[in-house]
Amino acid sequence: MFISSQNPPPCFKDFTLVMPAVAVGNVGQLAVDLILSTLKMKRVGYIHTDCLIPMTGNNPYATCNEDAEELHTPAEVYTATELKMAVLQIRAPIIQTKSKKFRQLLVSWIKTSGFSRTVVLSSSHAYQRDDQQMKGTPLRYLVTPSLLKDSAVALEELSWREMERVPAFPGLTDANTDPRLYVPGGGITKGLYMDSCAEDLPLAVLLLFCSEGDNIPDAFTLVNHLNDWLHLLENPSQKPNKWKIPTSWSLLFGSGIPPAMF
Amino acid sequence: MATFFGEVLSVYSRAVEEDDEELDENEEDKEIRRELEEKREVKLHWSPEISESLTSGNQLQCSDFILAVGHNAARFLSVYVLTSENWDAVGHASMWNERSRPETGLTGGESACVFYRYKNNPSVFGCLQWRQLNVTVLSDSSVAEYKTADYLCCSSAPFLRSLHTGAFHGQPVCRSLEQPNIITGLPAAVLNHCEVHRIATVVYQCYSDVTGPDSVTMETFKPALTKLGESIQLDPSPSIDILRKFARTTNIQSNLYI
Repeated sequence: MFISSQNPPPCFKDFTLVMPAVAVGNVGQLAVDLILSTLKMKRVGYIHTDCLIPMTGNNPYATCNEDAEELHTPAEVYTATELKMAVLQIRAPIIQTKSKKFRQLLVSWIKTSGFSRTVVLSSSHAYQRDDQQMKGTPLRYLVTPSLLKDSAVALEELSWREMERVPAFPGLTDANTDPRLYVPGGGITKGLYMDSCAEDLPLAVLLLFCSEGDNIPDAFTLVNHLNDWLHLLENPSQKPNKWKIPTSWSLLFGSGIPPAMF
Repeated sequence: MATFFGEVLSVYSRAVEEDDEELDENEEDKEIRRELEEKREVKLHWSPEISESLTSGNQLQCSDFILAVGHNAARFLSVYVLTSENWDAVGHASMWNERSRPETGLTGGESACVFYRYKNNPSVFGCLQWRQLNVTVLSDSSVAEYKTADYLCCSSAPFLRSLHTGAFHGQPVCRSLEQPNIITGLPAAVLNHCEVHRIATVVYQCYSDVTGPDSVTMETFKPALTKLGESIQLDPSPSIDILRKFARTTNIQSNLYI
């Protein structure tokens, strides 16, 4: 559940919530790291739950020695009040048998907090794309009926591609099942989207087709795409890489190379 | 994943495990899951004196709780702290999950997790009352898990790094764990819980290049308990016999990799 670290506890009414899904390449989480690091958002609380694998470390967005020794947990909430935005960062995988419980926890928290809309940043396996999906942009979106009412115009102007439904049984021509939503490698993305439709929550999903590897460029692509809609940064297209890379992104592929090897 | 020598290893990939379509479970499946969940619960067993005190509504006083996780950390406490006659075993925890194996060397009555209380100062031990509680966690890790830009020479291992909660106002006895390193497992779970509930907690993680129990690694933990020196006694130089008893060499299971 949400535990505030501030007194008085923060009020999220009418805020936009941005959160990642733990998905292939961890792209959503990397994109959220960029947002938190660049906008220097303030931590206001924790999502304290047994649904995530425990991990902990010092401040991943430290800018100087003074703030380096601040402990951080696997799921934390940050805000930027001037932007009326809250961000939930999830740093650890969800325990598989607790995935449904975690989704319920999130949906219930979103409802009670009164967020005006929620945006989930996610990704999906690139190798699972069908022939149509391999053409053009790798970015897709999904939006619940509740959010479509308010954002239809904005989405129309952005000319984004909606995530396609796929046949339930590819290759079987006489199967009369409807095409269904399929987000392979997306973790809880599909489940959260379906739960939000059922609960009539205004929620959007922004996802990117990608593969495991060095996913830093994918994170930039996704966060710039989000910025086209939410305008978190002013004119980032004029200055590429205006997003600030956090200190926790160092040594992503291991320690320095031992000189004795040569 | 099967290897060439017939072992089967679990492989964890960074990619997400596919979420199975949630099938409708019938009553029998739900019942089996419920029973498994109950079996996996951690059970605490207290000594009769403590159980009696707890059932009559008293809370156990605790000002300092020391938790050791890992071979070297646990053996450090056994060798340097618990060998003095001043500690009572007051309880143990039992747990089971699908990965538990019977530990070699433990008889049926022994448990892998035991709570001890200091006789001279009964408020030093395993927690139950939050107020003014100080928690110290000792943990082992392999130096291979430690990430640093300058390649670390083996000669500097074993070494300590610390992490502490916001409520901890003391001075840790070693450097803080630098980014991008993290701690996982039980020490991380304890830290998360204490951070959220504002309990003063410090974790000392020892990075060692030796995988099994080792007396040099155990010694590295000594500075971690100096702050509690007034509350508990640390044996500064334990006898060889005691060290030998706890730092036994691991059995060679297969000659192939000597």
